[in-house]
Amino acid sequence: MTRPLIIDNARIVDPASGTDQLGAVLIEDGRISDLVLGGPAGVPDNAEVINAGGLILSPGLIDMRVFVGEPGKEYRETLASAGAAAVAGGVTSFVMMPDTTPTVDDGALVDFLIRRAEVQSPARVLPAAAITKGLAGKEITEFGLLREAGAVCLTDGAQSIQSASLLRSAMGYAANFDMPIVHHVAEAGLVGDGVMNEGLFATVLGLKGIPREAETIPLARDLQLAALTKVRYHAAQVSTAGSAALLDAAKTRNPSVSAGISINNLCLNENDIGRYRTFFKLSPPLRTEDDRQAMVEALKAGIIDTIHSDHDPQDSEVKRQPFAEASNGAIGLETLLAAALRLVHSGDVDLSTVLRAMTVRPAEILGLDTGRIARGAPADLILIDLDYPWQVTEKTIRSRSRNTSFEGARMQGKVIRTLVGGRTVFIDEA
Amino acid sequence: MPQSSPARFSGDFPPFQQRHLISIADLKQHEIVDLLDRAERMIEISRQERKSLPTLSGKTQINLFFEPSTRTQSSFEIAGKRLGALVVNMSVKTSSVSKGETLVDTAATLNAMRPDVLVVRHSAAGAVELLSQKVGCSVVNAGDGAHEHPTQALLDALTIRNHKGTLAGLTVAICGDIANSRVARSNLLLLGALNVRTRVIAPRSLLPAGIENLATEVFTDMKEGLKGADVVMMLRLQHERANGKMVPSVREYYRFYGLDEEKLSWAKPDAIVMHPGPMNRGVEIDPAIADGERSVITDQVEMGVAVRMAVLDALLPARNEP
Repeated sequence: MTRPLIIDNARIVDPASGTDQLGAVLIEDGRISDLVLGGPAGVPDNAEVINAGGLILSPGLIDMRVFVGEPGKEYRETLASAGAAAVAGGVTSFVMMPDTTPTVDDGALVDFLIRRAEVQSPARVLPAAAITKGLAGKEITEFGLLREAGAVCLTDGAQSIQSASLLRSAMGYAANFDMPIVHHVAEAGLVGDGVMNEGLFATVLGLKGIPREAETIPLARDLQLAALTKVRYHAAQVSTAGSAALLDAAKTRNPSVSAGISINNLCLNENDIGRYRTFFKLSPPLRTEDDRQAMVEALKAGIIDTIHSDHDPQDSEVKRQPFAEASNGAIGLETLLAAALRLVHSGDVDLSTVLRAMTVRPAEILGLDTGRIARGAPADLILIDLDYPWQVTEKTIRSRSRNTSFEGARMQGKVIRTLVGGRTVFIDEA
Repeated sequence: MPQSSPARFSGDFPPFQQRHLISIADLKQHEIVDLLDRAERMIEISRQERKSLPTLSGKTQINLFFEPSTRTQSSFEIAGKRLGALVVNMSVKTSSVSKGETLVDTAATLNAMRPDVLVVRHSAAGAVELLSQKVGCSVVNAGDGAHEHPTQALLDALTIRNHKGTLAGLTVAICGDIANSRVARSNLLLLGALNVRTRVIAPRSLLPAGIENLATEVFTDMKEGLKGADVVMMLRLQHERANGKMVPSVREYYRFYGLDEEKLSWAKPDAIVMHPGPMNRGVEIDPAIADGERSVITDQVEMGVAVRMAVLDALLPARNEP
């Protein structure tokens, strides 16, 4: 039995309960055993005490969309490097996309990942399993066996299932096992050769555009199929006002649908591409400033449930290319929180809304007991200095890849300490 | 007044402030006019018995073409040679997979050979920009994907100016595959910068998003669009790629958008006809028009050499000389 730990004098922000006040948390055996709000806590004998000095104590972040290179592309990212990056960014759990080599479409691989991550990663790794074998969009995988092995949800990762009938089967079958379907919505024909948002800017750059309808058309289809099959459905990531309208309408009728957004689509717009900067080549593409603002409004309105990093490590071989030929994706585990805090500092969104989308909402969608500060919950906690100034530089990046869309960005707010299961796994050295 | 360097033909032009020519969008209005004026004098040189100037003597120019183009490559080659540069042509055959790899690797290799200017054509928009970030010399964009083809726009403007005496007050209609055309983009930017009235005419399927912000007017009908035009600029239709998707067939395209005698009659009586080449006779243009008296297409080729001489001369200043 480890020593009890008290985090005292903390501003406890727990979106699940609506708490935002000074207090203390007692941690025993990796779980939160007591919570004292409004005053100092009694300290048990032999307890270790951390004085938070008024810093924010929040549930650790749960990132619903992270790509890892292990197995198959360890030079991009390993479970160890992704885990180190995660806890440095305040992410205590992340859902790992099945887009690996081989694809995570078999229970044995889920089992392998869980065992390996336990040893290698300081953050909890929650494997997602493929909906279709090899992410090929043809045959569904063994949902029941995958769930038994420990997969938290089903997704084809960066791939979008084109066949409505196959998706309908998958949803119906997933509903049997109460497995959430997390689906990236992109109509392949409309995406075509497109590499950025369709519009004047793409035209000026001479790049092929991706219309908003490439997202809204499959989303409308998915939402109807979700209602038909009664599956728990999560639109992996949306980027347009049209998608928000579809979700808003669907959610009033069907409470088991939800939606996520990449932090990139909340904080950046297509102008960041500038002169063909490939670190801003993303899927869904960065849209216009109007779209971004509409997404912020959708987050505030609860139409968008979760914010994730869309962490996607890519090496310079595939990124230092002409824009159309470069791979999609940017890393984001280490910048997720700081980027989200930009929305708080700018006054657009309050702290609790931002944290809710990265803590209790993902936990609810995935059926996890983390993401909240409550008696009995796992002690996955982060201390945040809301005003801590820092700059994203190549030197500070823990990820094995360097493709950050926040290179050189000045940030305000940082994680000072991260605990997973009551154990401190990260302390800011500065 | 004595010139500082009698050998330098362009000594009486102010120093050109750009290091590369990647995009018309990077040029200020006076820089565009400056290049056109410089080119004017290069026409004189090119028409002399002795068509040479020593201004690039001792300099190395590499023409790096990832996409084949006999016309543009030889135009740049002749331009460089008339100015005394050592010109090396490199045609790089690439598979679609290894294009970018080749690009960055080739950039490093070529840079080590210490060229003074690289003239680059690539099938991907932004590739020339990327390459310019990796080398220590001047880079001229000879066409990058559907992005830009700046020397084409300059030679088009020079051709128009020579035929019409001025660019001011003119209406230029650009017709055809605007969506995939770097020529259209560079021309719209350049003509826009010189306050020339621009029109684009194409079926909706060949018009890119936001084009109304780049052209003064947008038309889908040739009759309306050509009315009152001083210049009719036809674009090549990549019909192998467009057929059945962007347009149903060549014959339907020709019927509604191919420039023939009747359609040309809708433009001003003294309107000139241009085409960046290579032409698809019978697809976007009637052979009789292409080779007719209102066509200035061969003049464009001549202006091309002059413009490229002017660009090379402007980008490679005398300060590098001993």
